[in-house]
This record gives sequence, C-alpha cells and structure tokens, in this order.
Amino acid sequence: MSSRTESVDVLESDKALETVADETLTRRDRWELAIERSVLAPARIVWSDLRARVGIAILSGFVAMAIVGTRVIDEPRTGEGDRLEPAFQSLAHPLGTDSVGRDVLGQIVHATPNMLLMILAGGVFTTVMATTVGTTSGYLGGRADRLIMSVTDIVMTIPGLPLVVILAAALSPQNPLVIGVILTINAWAGLARAIRSQVLTIRKNAYVEASKAMGISTPSVVRRDILPNIMPYVLINFVEAARNVIFASVGLYFIGVLPYDSVVNWGVMIDLAYQGGALQSMAATHWLLAPLLTITLLSFGLIMFAQGTDRMFNPRVRARHTTSNDGTDSTASPTGDRR
Amino acid sequence: MRRYYFERTAQLVFTVLAVMTLTFFLVRLLPGGPADALRANLIRNNPEMTADQIDRRVEAQLNIMPDDPLHVQYLTYITELLQGDMGQSLSQGAPVTDVIASAAPWTIFTVGTAVAIAFVIGISMGALMAYREGSRFDSGATITSVLLNSVPDYIYGIIFLWILGYQLDIFPTGGRYSSSTEPTINLLTPIQTLAFVGDVLWHAALLISAIVLVAWGGWALGMRGNSVQVLGEDYLRVARLRGLPQRHIAFRYVGRNAVLPMYTSMLITIGFLLGGSIILEQVFSYPGMGYYMIEALERRDYPLMMGVFLVITITVAIGVYVADLTYGLIDPRARVDGGGSS
Repeated sequence: MSSRTESVDVLESDKALETVADETLTRRDRWELAIERSVLAPARIVWSDLRARVGIAILSGFVAMAIVGTRVIDEPRTGEGDRLEPAFQSLAHPLGTDSVGRDVLGQIVHATPNMLLMILAGGVFTTVMATTVGTTSGYLGGRADRLIMSVTDIVMTIPGLPLVVILAAALSPQNPLVIGVILTINAWAGLARAIRSQVLTIRKNAYVEASKAMGISTPSVVRRDILPNIMPYVLINFVEAARNVIFASVGLYFIGVLPYDSVVNWGVMIDLAYQGGALQSMAATHWLLAPLLTITLLSFGLIMFAQGTDRMFNPRVRARHTTSNDGTDSTASPTGDRR
Repeated sequence: MRRYYFERTAQLVFTVLAVMTLTFFLVRLLPGGPADALRANLIRNNPEMTADQIDRRVEAQLNIMPDDPLHVQYLTYITELLQGDMGQSLSQGAPVTDVIASAAPWTIFTVGTAVAIAFVIGISMGALMAYREGSRFDSGATITSVLLNSVPDYIYGIIFLWILGYQLDIFPTGGRYSSSTEPTINLLTPIQTLAFVGDVLWHAALLISAIVLVAWGGWALGMRGNSVQVLGEDYLRVARLRGLPQRHIAFRYVGRNAVLPMYTSMLITIGFLLGGSIILEQVFSYPGMGYYMIEALERRDYPLMMGVFLVITITVAIGVYVADLTYGLIDPRARVDGGGSS
C-alpha cells in the first residue's frame, strides 16, 4: 500500500529510499513534485472551499489587526474623548468610548496581539504534547503504553476550567504565552488518546513494518511514516484548542480570575462594561457589544477555517487537485470526526 | 470483564489521590501561597498571638501543620480529606463541607436540567435531520448548530441578562429564589411548594437556556450521524419488509441504536458542565459551587477554593467511572469488547 504523503516524505529526505522510489526523476523534478503535492495542491483545495475562504479572510483580518492595526491606531488612553461616546458618531472614535473616555476600537485592537499569542501558545502546547505522548505510547506499546495511557486518562478526567482557575490563582500569570499554556493544561489528553489509537492502526501497515525491518530508528519511523497520517487530527484539534483558549481567557478575565492592570484582553473590556453598568443602561451598549462581537467573529472564523481545511487531508480530494497525479493510490486517511 | 472492573476501579482511586496530591502541593508548597498568605494575615491581625497559636490556626484552616515533615503533613491532609474534613472557610465562616453541601444541589439542579433539555432537543433534531438528510431543513439545522456553537455560553448569558433581565425586566438578575418566597418542599402544602419550584425555575431559566443553546448542537450532529448510519443498515430494510409500523421502526430500531452510544458522552458532559458553569454562575450571581469558588478566590479563601475543586473533580471522576461500568449493561453490543474501554 503506497501513499502520497509517504512518497513526499521519501522525496524530501530519505536517502535510503529515494533511488528506489522515483529513480527516473531528477532532483529538480522531485522538488517541484514535492512542492506541488505538499503546498500547491492543498492550497488549491482549501481555496476552493467557501468556508475556508471565509475563515482565512477573518483570521487574516485579525492577524492584520495585531500587526498593522496596533501601529496605526493609538494605544487607548484615559480621557482621549468624551465619556461613553456612542459608536459611529465620530471618525476619531468609530466604535465610541468607554466610561473613562478610552477609545473602544483602540482597546479591541491592542488586545489582539496578546490574544493571538495566547492562542498560539495554547495550540502549540496542546498539539506538541498530544502528538508526542500519543505517538510514543502507541508506537512503544506494552507496559509503557498502559502506563502512559493511565496517566492520560487521569489527566482527561480532571475538568479543565476549575483546574485552570486554581492554577491561575496560584501562579497569577501575566505573560500571554504562559496563560495560553495554563489554559490548555490538560487539553492534550483527549487528543493524545485519539492519536494513539490512530497510531495503533497505522503501525500494523506494511510500510511501517518495512521501515522497522530496515533498521530505521524509532524517531525516524514515527516522524516519516506515522505523523503524516495523523495530521488531520492534529490540525482540527489545534483549532479546537485555540477556541478553548479564546473562550477560557475571555471568561476568566471577565470574572477576574486572571490578574490585569490595563485593558489587555477583550474579557477585561466585558468585565469593565459589566461593572460600569452597561447592562442597566443603553448608553454603554457599544462598549459591551464590541468585545462580544469580536470574540464571536474570531471563533466563527476558526470554525470555518477548520471545516474548510478538513478536506485538505482527504487523499482522494487531494489527488483530484494534484496536476501531476497518476490517480491510483489512496489511503484510508481519517477525516475530521472531532467528538 | 472482571479484570476491566478491577482496573477501572484502581484508576478511579488513583485519580482521586492524584487530585488530592495536586491540591496539597498547590496549597502547601507554592512560595507566597496560601499557607504563607494566611500566616501573614493572622500575624498582622493578631499581633498578640504566639507563633505556636498561629501555626495551630493555620493548621485548622488549611489542614496543614507547617513544621511537620512533608510526608507527615501529606498523610494528615489526605486522612482528614478522606474523613470529609476540608477545613474551615474563612469568607463564609463555616466548615467548607457545609458551604459546598448547601451550594452543590443548586449547581447540580441547573446543570442537570440543562443537559436533560439539551439532550432531548439534540436527539429529536438529530433524528429529524437524519430522516430528511440532504433537505433544506437538514443543512439549515446543521448551520444553526455550528453558529450557536461558535459563541461561548457566558456570552449568551450576558446578552440574556442584559435584554431579558435588565432592559425588559422579565427575568430576575440574580440569586436562587425570590426573598419573598419561603423555600418549601412539602407535599402537605402543594401550593407553596409549586410556587417555590416555579420561582426557582424562573431564577434559573436564563442560566439553563444559555447552556442549552450551546449544548444541543453537538448532540444533534452526533445523533444525526448515528441515525444516518443505522438507516442504511440491512436489518432496517428487513424490518420495513416485514411490514413493521413506522413508529416502531423509528423508536425501537433507529432511535435506540443511535442514542445508546451517546450515553457515556452524556454522563461525561454533565460532569464537565459542573466545572464549566463557573463563569455562568458568576454572570448570573447564582450561588452554586462555581460561584463560591470564585468568591473564595477573590477573598483568598483557599480551603473553600480547593474544596470546590476537589468536589467537582471527584464528582466528574465518579461520573465517568459509573458511565464506563454501566455502559455494558445498557448497550449489549459493548459487552463483548469489555464495557466501552477504548
């Protein structure tokens, strides 16, 4: 059973196999083929999906806001404008101002970099941890596997939010990267289990047996033969972890569990608006709605992106979009069933 | 099978011990953590107390004796926890066990009701979607559930509270029940009891709706997937050929086979929502377990905070344990491969 992803890996790096695999191709051809298969074809698939386009547009908007927006729009200061100026009234404060005259748009924009860093830290921590634990456990098998999985099960049983609350209380984190990791402290366990069972299935495949028989080291086998097959799980769970980071960080800033001394998060805005009587009077509506809509938009963008990129990992769809494709091989790759 | 039960029980015990150990180290070992903070506080407020007295107060409140060797402290802490002694809550002025015992039923009531409603809505919608697979209703419901899912439940909570609570003044904005209502659950006075229950539901309605709005979609999609799969099975064609009534097929064949696999996930969800309701209870000022946890956090009342964490975690662990053990009894298909261990 040959597979596209494996052959790409072979093309890229494996000296032992490359002459056997594609002996008629020149080095340049091989590189072109590799780029075609691993970059261009997936990109085409993603772009052909409306949901993915919406998702990418929204996410790029947020990245632009974090990189360009923070330079263009001034950091919000107390007394910049009138108190509680409504939205869409002046060009200086398009989204209005809060109860101490800070620009609402400025607050939203200047909280974005922190949020993206948090998401990145949480997502990377979850996926790296889960992939390492899951592949190692599934690949080693036997007693090591049972031990690792027992620990994973224990971690999985501890409810995330209360654990995060006591950790946040004990450590009082300020750095967004640290917060991101704390918020996803036990999110890796579920993914690790899914990856392990995937690995158990793949491990029995002939090409993995072959690699082992050739004496290739365990880390190399895991990296070349096993990891490509579990990427769909990893990407979808990255997005899932990212959403959890958004929801939890905003929620915990809102209820005051995470410490803050300036407006560093949209949750802080919700908290201040909530305490500042935004629920009781209509005058502060814009102050409350701006962060709520921002969070919804970002989370919606992430979901659309995840659903759109789902198809990228389906080898049959991918084969259709690869131009230099012989159209014969396909692997039973897992598609995204998340829960 | 017996081996599975044994292993599963051992795992439960380990989980509980691991969580207790975690709280022990968090309370005891963090520099500037609870023990130090409490001691500093006591010294500041009671300058006349001797170091010995202060140590005893710290011990009474945190179940900790700072001067003992670590393993003795650890054993004392675990023993007292196992006896149900979680220390004294500073902010509520009562034993932690009492505070939690008075708050837990309310959280379990709201979360339980919400999960039940979401489950019923989810499986009915899911079944309908499966029967009309590919129709406009199917895609519409799928999109709706994804959209509703992309917003965290506390945002629904804030919006409900803002519009229905403050602006339109239809629902109360906090608390468990009105101060004018006597809490009565008594069969001899049915009118007061009904009034009380109605009042309680009225106070919890917005909180419950916020959870339901987010939770039903996941089950609808799961149920849809399961039902579509069952609808394609051979035995269903046979059932139709045998001329069984549609209702019978829908409930006994499709419904049953599609719902049963979701049993475990429902019990697990209840457990996780117990923890997840922390933020919602704060939004609605609803004094459940999560509310007291944050209250305790703000007042540096570590025993109560750790107590709530322990209770929620152990409840979830037991819930998952029960789900795993009973699944084989409910769904005969799972019995062969050992009761739903994956």
